Amino acid sequence: MEQLSTLWQPLLDWMNGNDIFTPNTFAMYWTGLTNTVQLVFISLLIGLVLAVPLAIARGSRNQVLRKSIWFYTYLFRGTPLLIQLYLAYYGFAFIPGIQETWLWFFLDDPLYPALLAFTLNTAAYTTEIFHGSIQATPRGEIEAARAYGMSKAKMMRRIVLPSALRRALPAYGNEVIFMLHASAIAFVVSITDLTGAAYYIYARFYAPFAAFLFVAALYMVLSFSIQALFKYLEKRLLAHLKPAR
Amino acid sequence: MKKIITLSLMGAVLATGHAQARDYDTVRIGVDIPYVPMEYRTPDGTLTGFDIDLGNALCKQAELDCKWVIQGWDGIIPGLQARKFDAIMSSMTINDDRKKQILFSDPYMTPPSAWFTPKDSTISSPNEESLKGKSIGVQRGTVQDNYVTDHYGSNASIKRYATADDVAIDMEAGRLDIAFLDYPTGKAALVDSKSGQFKTVGEMLTEPKKYFGEGFGIAFRKRDRELAETFNKALAELKDNGTYNTLYTKYFPDAKAE
Amino acid sequence: MLDLHGYGYRLLEGGLLTLELAILSLILAVVLGLVTASAKLSSSIVIRAIAKAYTLVIRGVPDLVLMMLLFYGGQIGINMATDWLYYEFDVDIFVNVDAFVAGVITIGIIFGAYMSETFRGAFMAVDGGLLEAARAYGMRPWTVFRRIRFPLMMRHALPGLSNNWMVLLKTTALVSIIGLSDMVKVAAEATKATHEPFLFMIPVALGYLAISSVSEWCFMKLKARYDVGFGAEGASWNN
Repeated sequence: MEQLSTLWQPLLDWMNGNDIFTPNTFAMYWTGLTNTVQLVFISLLIGLVLAVPLAIARGSRNQVLRKSIWFYTYLFRGTPLLIQLYLAYYGFAFIPGIQETWLWFFLDDPLYPALLAFTLNTAAYTTEIFHGSIQATPRGEIEAARAYGMSKAKMMRRIVLPSALRRALPAYGNEVIFMLHASAIAFVVSITDLTGAAYYIYARFYAPFAAFLFVAALYMVLSFSIQALFKYLEKRLLAHLKPAR
Repeated sequence: MKKIITLSLMGAVLATGHAQARDYDTVRIGVDIPYVPMEYRTPDGTLTGFDIDLGNALCKQAELDCKWVIQGWDGIIPGLQARKFDAIMSSMTINDDRKKQILFSDPYMTPPSAWFTPKDSTISSPNEESLKGKSIGVQRGTVQDNYVTDHYGSNASIKRYATADDVAIDMEAGRLDIAFLDYPTGKAALVDSKSGQFKTVGEMLTEPKKYFGEGFGIAFRKRDRELAETFNKALAELKDNGTYNTLYTKYFPDAKAE
Repeated sequence: MLDLHGYGYRLLEGGLLTLELAILSLILAVVLGLVTASAKLSSSIVIRAIAKAYTLVIRGVPDLVLMMLLFYGGQIGINMATDWLYYEFDVDIFVNVDAFVAGVITIGIIFGAYMSETFRGAFMAVDGGLLEAARAYGMRPWTVFRRIRFPLMMRHALPGLSNNWMVLLKTTALVSIIGLSDMVKVAAEATKATHEPFLFMIPVALGYLAISSVSEWCFMKLKARYDVGFGAEGASWNN
């Protein structure tokens, strides 16, 4: 224990000797990090679950279904996420009496409106990614499945989806990083995410370099870890698509 | 078109001159609006408020030409140092963090910070116990923000907003349990304009000085000591001749002037 | 009629600012993208490494954080430099980073990195034989670039370029956070003042959709132009 404290002492001294990197500000960054990771992870997860059926329906023969999903992705991909966030945050709050309904439980905390906007946004992008890769399924695979007498549902489940989702991996990896970066706007609705933490420290100490460079580095570590994870997954799951040696 | 020209001049020297030789015939004063009743626009677009009226009176007294420049709070100190304007008169509290960056005039008023809650709130005196788990609204980067962050940051949820108006909106929507603001501003935004929905609770704070400093001051670049002295002198004269009192009672009829 | 509570004119002004900002950033991004793409194809290891580091950093950091770093940090950095000049040499200069310029520079730098990837791929897709032929005609390097390499490359770059432009357009919304009155900022102000979010946010959303529809049409025209000579015959070769 004695030894540990001698090890830590220089660090503590340094922390006490300056305004900007103190235990307090690190606690702030930590809150920011957990909020950012939480927001991004949950919205990506729900978005992913929504996107699979939406992508299948997006290629359906039913005109109304197909067109309405196209319209949804067109709207959410064609407008800035910031507008979607403002609508989710302020759109319901001004409805008179909403504070008395059960919905308010979700709208009270800014995390939920932000989750709503982020989830619908990433679901729209992911739907289009999956739709594209389902469309690109090699004809031979489908013909082979038909020859086996598979039903449409079974073919989708056993043949089309597994191969399409794998082929969508690189594009989906980009979407994950895009979401991480896009989540930086969460602080405008009073959530202390990573960017919000940096902004607080900038505004309090007028130290833009210390604050923003530090979180920029954190975001970079997160981005590159995600990238490495997807590279690994691609290597594992897309080995069959590599040119033969 | 103007913006395109600005872009092409980017990085170019926009104004040069000798600072010592520079006499301030026109003083540009940076201000962040709206911050009722200190600084805001009337519906027809004219700037008004206690800071604006006092600032104009100070300039008249010191025989200076003054021009107001609108600047968001986040960029107001960097803007002063970048010479977008020569002074800040925008309800800025004098405190040690800021003194490291800029020079302050003598304080021209000392408003307390106050807690605001909905009328039916159960919080009667804000302390560690009663604020546990509550959401507290503040304007980002203000002395109130620093105070609640350091005192309640670990067990209450602090929501930071770009403007005091945004705090008022979420108070009204019911997303905040309590707000901590400059008393005059909070009173104007919550108590006066939303009749009967909000009230002040607990003690108003002017201590500890570490956060709440010595009151509102006019800020200058550190090198512009002479300009600060000019304003200090004018302020003392206005306090002597009664102009200050007249203005103060105009904006704060229910408070007695210092 | 739609009653915008007197914000209609300001919304239009905001829309104009969004457009100006987007177009100026696009120009900067294309220039940076071309330079960086050339750097990536350069024979010098150092130049290639710099270009690579630039794209790597941009891809790792959120646009908004870069924007704030440049807008708030850039100003303070310049202030430090000018203060130092003043105290050391008694030179009083004054450089103002305004929000518009900061916005254009940041968005330009960010999308310059993405554009460089697009252009690099497109440059590599140009048939080297055509360039050799041009040189054999005695064209100077700049003439080769302008008359042969660039037009041929654009055919391959257009899809990526159009994609980047659509993303860039939406990225301009972030400038509202650093205080520029683009259409999102005006709509947010109006929302807060009138408590009618849908009334203001939906016209702005439609504004973005309108701009993207018009640009899609422009890109179609451009595509037709750069596909000249590849159109019908090109298709028949492929089949």
